[in-house]
Amino acid sequence: MKSLAELAELRKKAQEAMNLREENDAPRVTIAMGTCGIAAGAREVLEAIMDEVKVRGLEIIITQTGCLGNCGAEPIVIVEMDGQKVTYGNLDAEKARKMVASHLVNKTICSEWVI
Amino acid sequence: MEFYRAHVLICAGAGCISSNCLAVENELKEQLYKRGLEKEIMVVETGCIGSCDIGPVMIIYPEGTFYCKVKPEDVNEIVEEHIIKGRTVKRLMYSGAAKDNVIEKVKDIDFFKGQTRIALRNTGMIDPDSINEYIARNGYAALGKALSKLTPEEVIAEVKNSGLRGRGGGGFSTGMKWNFAAKSEGSTKYVVCNADEGDPGAFMDRSILEGDPHSIIEAMAIAGYAIGANQGYVYVRAEYPLAVERLGKSIKKAHEYGFLGEDIFGTGFNFDLEIRVGAGAFVCGEETALLASIEGKRGEPRPRPPFPAQKGLWARPTLLNNVETYANIAPIILNGADWFASHGTEKSKGTKVFAVAGDITNTGLVEVPMGTSLRKIIFDICGGIPNGKKFKAAQTGGPSGGCISEANLDVSMDYDSLIELGSMMGSGGLIVMDEDTCMVDIARFFLDFTVDESCGKCTPCRIGTKRMLEILERITKGEGKDGDIELLERLARNIKATALCGLGQTAPNPVLATLKYFRDEYEAHIFDKRCPAGICQSLLKFTIVEDKCKGCGICAKICPVNAISKGEGKTYIIDNEKCITCGACVKKCPFDAIGKGA
Repeated sequence: MKSLAELAELRKKAQEAMNLREENDAPRVTIAMGTCGIAAGAREVLEAIMDEVKVRGLEIIITQTGCLGNCGAEPIVIVEMDGQKVTYGNLDAEKARKMVASHLVNKTICSEWVI
Repeated sequence: MEFYRAHVLICAGAGCISSNCLAVENELKEQLYKRGLEKEIMVVETGCIGSCDIGPVMIIYPEGTFYCKVKPEDVNEIVEEHIIKGRTVKRLMYSGAAKDNVIEKVKDIDFFKGQTRIALRNTGMIDPDSINEYIARNGYAALGKALSKLTPEEVIAEVKNSGLRGRGGGGFSTGMKWNFAAKSEGSTKYVVCNADEGDPGAFMDRSILEGDPHSIIEAMAIAGYAIGANQGYVYVRAEYPLAVERLGKSIKKAHEYGFLGEDIFGTGFNFDLEIRVGAGAFVCGEETALLASIEGKRGEPRPRPPFPAQKGLWARPTLLNNVETYANIAPIILNGADWFASHGTEKSKGTKVFAVAGDITNTGLVEVPMGTSLRKIIFDICGGIPNGKKFKAAQTGGPSGGCISEANLDVSMDYDSLIELGSMMGSGGLIVMDEDTCMVDIARFFLDFTVDESCGKCTPCRIGTKRMLEILERITKGEGKDGDIELLERLARNIKATALCGLGQTAPNPVLATLKYFRDEYEAHIFDKRCPAGICQSLLKFTIVEDKCKGCGICAKICPVNAISKGEGKTYIIDNEKCITCGACVKKCPFDAIGKGA
């Protein structure tokens, strides 16, 4: 360790891995993982979102919830960002990846999939 | 770097390890692996979270869901429900003292909500074996700041202005101590950490070393810079194998990263750290005995002055602080003296960790601002006394301290208020006792401990405490005599005045404090041959209350010496000649018909 700058660099990296445990206002993606969601392919959606977040190095909290009662529209994903809550339905892995790119990165809501 | 969507924190402090958390962890890892989730969910082994009675404890982030008393067979449900489907498992959540509803999030639990964590800021939050997690929570930033931006004098001034006082018991100003060590002449100086925690019931130092070892390494390096030392020693007892192991690993890691060794932060400052393992004698927690032990000599105290700051380890100026004291240093350097001084009371700044044990709903580690009332700690944070019993007294300061009675429940827990009550802060052991506790027996217990642990160097401690113990044993056996109380008081005064070190000087405190608040109990033992709490076996006389006895005969069956037989009516009677006062019948009687009064 030779300088404060080196430590700051190291800390920034380490914090990315720890963010999850702090109370913070990072965007939150909630995936409905009830039986209906899982049957409709929520797991694939979750994996796709995780992969995108990892590849793009985004600071996002991914969490899951149970059945929302709208089983016909599963897999359902809720995105909470900048005080705005958007619910997507009938996603699949492909759509989920596009949603991450457009909504979470470019801040453009994919209105055609919103329910 | 892998991206994980959830972190599962499993407490692996020594307390949770004894309640089998490692089996839970292994089961969890296996279940995650079986479902292909091991790259999605991170399992983190942390230090002590503090709520030791409800371990093994598990916290799942990002939700912050708190599960307690988790058994390996519960893991399947947690993985299936919580981790895969996102449905929390209510039956494993913590329910408050009222037991009427469960509390889902760790931040909503009274036990955690009521605390202010400075010394324990990282324990239970990070993986102690991961230096990166420590760095993520601002670790080593204080060392960096001290070395690159502050002069040694400025570091000492910051510590002094913060008002931090020694957390090992004495309560001496830490800044003054650093100042003395810095001003002492000498080319070689040492920094020592006292991790020889020995008070029965106190375990905060162990938890910090186990849960956040880097905080001690960082603070000792800062201390080294401040006083001009390049070598440090951590003296830790061999009974803390996990602490020794994790600290050892962390010292190695700190070396790799260049936080220890040569030219730290490119400033030319060198500092190295070694562990010295003690054999666990209580007296080695006394500073001069501790230093003798590090030197390889017999752990015996010597008269002061000279103080260690002038002539310590190998007759060199030595700075000696306790683990919890060091744990406060990095936050003080980072956030400033004023921030630290904004916590606590006028003369006792900051927070104090208490190890709460005994007759209390939530045992464990509690860190609160100095000046918090005893009532708040016991009833608001720790959930009060279990089984509907009444609070009787709390013992603070271990074998060197005294007790606080119900009348003083609202005492502000700080150094000076406790001394005023005839007790002391000590290292922060807090043993809560309910109405079924005999105070004479408690005094006897603590004195028994000090007699065992007396090193024998000075006469008042070696012989004086032994004589006191003999008198107390006599009293609890019903052989107390008129004049015993006065004799105890005289012995106590003399020992306090003449013993060589702090151990001897404080040894009579438990007797004096119980005499002060519970003199009537001593008198009941001596004059009425009666133990009001029903603890001292020799003084018990079991009787069956006729009105309550239904004649079921369970007591007669359970009695190991056949002392109970059917009386003339339908009720049973106890033959007190035969009775050995084991109490088995009291526990078994379905009608509470057996009393144990005199």
